[in-house]
Amino acid sequence: MSEEQIRSLEKQFDERIARDEKIEPKDWMPEKYRHTHIRQMSQHAHSEVVGMLPEGNWITRAPSLRRKVALLAKIQDEAGHGLYLYSATETLGVTREELYDQLHSGKAKYSSIFNYPTLTWADMGAIGWLVDGAAIINQVPLCNTSYGPYARAMIRVCKEESFHQRQGYEIMMKLANGTPEQKDMAQDALNRWWWPSLMMLGPTDDKSVHTEQSMKWKLKRKTNDELRQQFIDQTVPQADLIGLTIPDPDLKWNEERQSYDFGAINWDEFWQVVKGHGPCNKERMKARVNAWEEGEWVRDAAMAYAEKKQERKQKQAV
Amino acid sequence: MKNENLYNYILGIADNSLILGQRMGELCGHGPSLETDIACTNISLDLFGQVRSYFQYAAKIAGDKRTEDDIAMLRKEREYKNVLLVEQPNTNFAYSIGRQFLFDVYHLAFLTELQKSSDLTLSAIANKCVKEVSYHERFSSDWVKRLGDGTEESNQKMQEAINDLWTYTDELFHQTPADIAMVTEGVGVDVTKLKEKYYKQVSELLQEANLEVPESKWFQKGGKEGIHTEHLGYLLSDLQYMQRTYPNMEW
Ligand SMILES: [Fe+2]
Ligand SMILES: [Fe+2]
Ligand SMILES: [Fe+2]
Repeated sequence: MSEEQIRSLEKQFDERIARDEKIEPKDWMPEKYRHTHIRQMSQHAHSEVVGMLPEGNWITRAPSLRRKVALLAKIQDEAGHGLYLYSATETLGVTREELYDQLHSGKAKYSSIFNYPTLTWADMGAIGWLVDGAAIINQVPLCNTSYGPYARAMIRVCKEESFHQRQGYEIMMKLANGTPEQKDMAQDALNRWWWPSLMMLGPTDDKSVHTEQSMKWKLKRKTNDELRQQFIDQTVPQADLIGLTIPDPDLKWNEERQSYDFGAINWDEFWQVVKGHGPCNKERMKARVNAWEEGEWVRDAAMAYAEKKQERKQKQAV
Repeated sequence: MKNENLYNYILGIADNSLILGQRMGELCGHGPSLETDIACTNISLDLFGQVRSYFQYAAKIAGDKRTEDDIAMLRKEREYKNVLLVEQPNTNFAYSIGRQFLFDVYHLAFLTELQKSSDLTLSAIANKCVKEVSYHERFSSDWVKRLGDGTEESNQKMQEAINDLWTYTDELFHQTPADIAMVTEGVGVDVTKLKEKYYKQVSELLQEANLEVPESKWFQKGGKEGIHTEHLGYLLSDLQYMQRTYPNMEW
């Protein structure tokens, strides 16, 4: 294709997106669009799957049968999210094996929040309330993103995430209204998860690399700082309601902005975790790599069995 | 307790689901593929759902303040009545599948009979569970076939798991005094009558899966009387951790 042809295709492509048309897997798309989407969508899929680990920690120790069932169901949902996000990513011409390779080799990222440890039962509440809460803020705008398979996956994912968010908040509420020990447990979890949750919404706008292009492709509709503000404004009253204190001495309602002012985020910590040196980066990666490597003989067996079965069928047909 | 036999009978059924559910829950996030992870979590989820129905009923029969969670999480090790088979660890995926398969075939046959119980609550629970468990049985049978008839390595691993777990199968068909009392009343299932069909069905599937049916006639039992393998204590320390550390609280 000549450069001129490509330019005209790109122009048509941009116009389609501007008209709010969806781009489908078989449509022509610029290579950069494809790559950016593979990166962002697989990163999202990886986050769902790695995110199963910190919560999975508490399945065997959940305090009641009702909570155990709800936690299992939640983690199963996250696995489902991983599954349809991987499938959606595969429509861009990349295989699941390649995507796993990128995760296991450290080339692909996943949400840094999952590199923090889950130390008490209250962390199950804090994760649902704050982490799923922040994820929703990130993801709701993606329900209208330009790439069809991603947008459709997001609609389904977001419905379940808001259920998780309510469930997590309900865990926190129960603790906050419980015994002093339970309330302390809830407050401690909020103290540990609050700042990492704010970081989940991404670096400040001046440090964010992909924003402008992403806006055009509707991979992003608001800036990180806008999303963060939205998250804070939404979450502070929820903490107030159950009598928990946001661990930020600078947090203050700003009448003029009709928003909360908040304290400085420790971005050094953020970059430390992103670069692989958070409290659980190594454990999380090791768990994923182990599962994959120890599962190899199982996947090989399944493949060999399917081939044998196919052969037998063909022989029967002859 | 007025209905002690019925209470113990329900615990005997439910503890199998409780302990197996706990074992399957351990796998979540660590399985060989996302699809098997989802399936194993789903089995765990079903089993705990069943446990809740049984223990809610048992709590009602007990008629005191105890709750489903007290029954599930606050008994002593010797008071758990599950068979030894379900407490065996997730040594590798073949063991998890083998354990599931050897239990599912029994479980499905058992629930099918329990649907006829003269106790309407039990028959209703069985009726609900039978659908779930027939899915479990299909899942675990399919995987026994895949692993048995897959590669040389998977065949070896599956065979080893079956050989090791085989010793725990006979216990499924032993009766406790509560079992016998409940069978007499038309409430319980006579498990001795399930045995022949069980071994026939299991053997046929193993053969289809290119696996040998173990010939050993040495069996282990004791779980139904609360004499467990060493594995159970560790499982219970996880299961009971919160209830023991923070007694008398609501979650
Ligand atoms: Fe999710
Ligand atoms: Fe998500
Ligand atoms: Fe979620």
